[in-house]
Amino acid sequence: MLKVNNIDVFYGNIHALKDVSLEVNEGEIVTLIGANGAGKSTLLKTLSGLLKPKNGDILYLTQSIAGKQAQSIVKSGISHVPEGRRVFANMSVEENLELGAYLRNDRDGIKKDIEYIYELFPRLDERKKQLSGTLSGGEQQMLAMGRALMAKPKLLLMDEPSMGLAPLVVKKIFEIIKTVNEQGTTVLLVEQNANMALSIANRAYVLETGKIVLSGTAKELQESEQVKAAYLGGL
Amino acid sequence: MEWLQQLVNGISLGSIYALIALGYTMVYGIIKLINFAHGDVFMLGAFIGFYAIARWDMGFFPALIISMVVCAIIGVIIERVAYKRLRNATRIAALITAIGVSLLIEYTVIFFRGASPEAYPGVLPNKSISILGANISTQSIFILGVTIVLMILLQFIVHKTKIGKAMRAVSHDADAARLMGINVDNTISATFAIGSALAGAAGVIFGVYYTKIDPLMGVLPGLKAFVAAVLGGIGSIPGAMVGGLVLGVVETVVSALGYSLWRDAAAFVILILILILKPSGIFGKNAREKV
Repeated sequence: MLKVNNIDVFYGNIHALKDVSLEVNEGEIVTLIGANGAGKSTLLKTLSGLLKPKNGDILYLTQSIAGKQAQSIVKSGISHVPEGRRVFANMSVEENLELGAYLRNDRDGIKKDIEYIYELFPRLDERKKQLSGTLSGGEQQMLAMGRALMAKPKLLLMDEPSMGLAPLVVKKIFEIIKTVNEQGTTVLLVEQNANMALSIANRAYVLETGKIVLSGTAKELQESEQVKAAYLGGL
Repeated sequence: MEWLQQLVNGISLGSIYALIALGYTMVYGIIKLINFAHGDVFMLGAFIGFYAIARWDMGFFPALIISMVVCAIIGVIIERVAYKRLRNATRIAALITAIGVSLLIEYTVIFFRGASPEAYPGVLPNKSISILGANISTQSIFILGVTIVLMILLQFIVHKTKIGKAMRAVSHDADAARLMGINVDNTISATFAIGSALAGAAGVIFGVYYTKIDPLMGVLPGLKAFVAAVLGGIGSIPGAMVGGLVLGVVETVVSALGYSLWRDAAAFVILILILILKPSGIFGKNAREKV
């Protein structure tokens, strides 16, 4: 479904991604784990069109999306839940969800999907008129996910959904990621919380200082000594 | 009831400031630029309205609408030509460019038609009616009505339409807005268009109300509208409305007290006081950095 071929991405003079290749197949949950500053978020931003790769290509459903405008990438079915949630704090929960459907014009469909999001996250239903800036971190994460789902993505990019959240909330979020995946959305999940990520993923990549250093099925990586030592707390 | 009369005058003046201030505050909200050319768009609006009325024999409303449309286009051109390429430059570079654009507009107009002032034709019936013993001109009530309608329209656009929601999203977080599929460039252009249209309307209203226009007329009202925007809290739309009204009333009161030579100073004293006491303005958010 998504094929990244040898991309190089720069932040000014900083070579943030070096010759990175990876692949996501339809229906999978693929996770990308790595430490702070490894380039995980950079990769997602490049996929969603916020950054442009200098070299290499990104193929999505047989069409190249490298360097395309973010809006055409969203239109083609890739939604990105950004790091730190980035909800529109000055707008209500419902307005945030409506903005997620910005490129859609089917009023009835949008209405139905908002109801669907409220079923998925009953907390959001309770707070739909509330300004999203007043929500707790976990609720904002739910809103950011709901907002991304409103675009009806085929591929969902998630950047550190567990960041700064209590373990119970993280568990809930990951359950929903699984549910969303089971309902047919492919997921590329970036995480520092390698344990959680590997527990729901089919396959995984490990990114270190801008390079993919390891890849395999989630199970293989969970058992790899190298991953255990570096990312799973050495247990 | 001289006071009531002065209050109405103050509110009329203030509503003109408010219309201009809205453009300042919307543009600042979305690209963090103080668009110092905005006062000159107001001037262009006044001249477009003047030619529409005096040369093409149009009525008030057609002239108002033509002026708003042309100013909207001019605003978008200014943004695309001068500011767009500076989107990632330092803010001071954009600010200096804005001052350059302002001078360019002023002296281009002088180059083509000279610096002499023009007398605005009267297009509105101007009778005075007596309310509670105060003589209030129908014109100022009419102008107030037009301004209020424009502001309600703006609130509707910003809160209920898709483009308005996109504008609020971009002003809050441009990258997050991009991820929703919002075309940020077009949204910024739309903001300039709406802000400039309001300035154009203010220009026509100013011309009709004060009957004299000239190519440098945008400088002082532009600066005062900027003060109004800061007073209300720059970036805040209700703030610009309230700030404009407060400023208009204060100026009129200062004049009415017999200190009419001080009325311009009053506006800038307000700017200094607000910057010292509450830099975020009446409706401003606390300047908290995002984490």
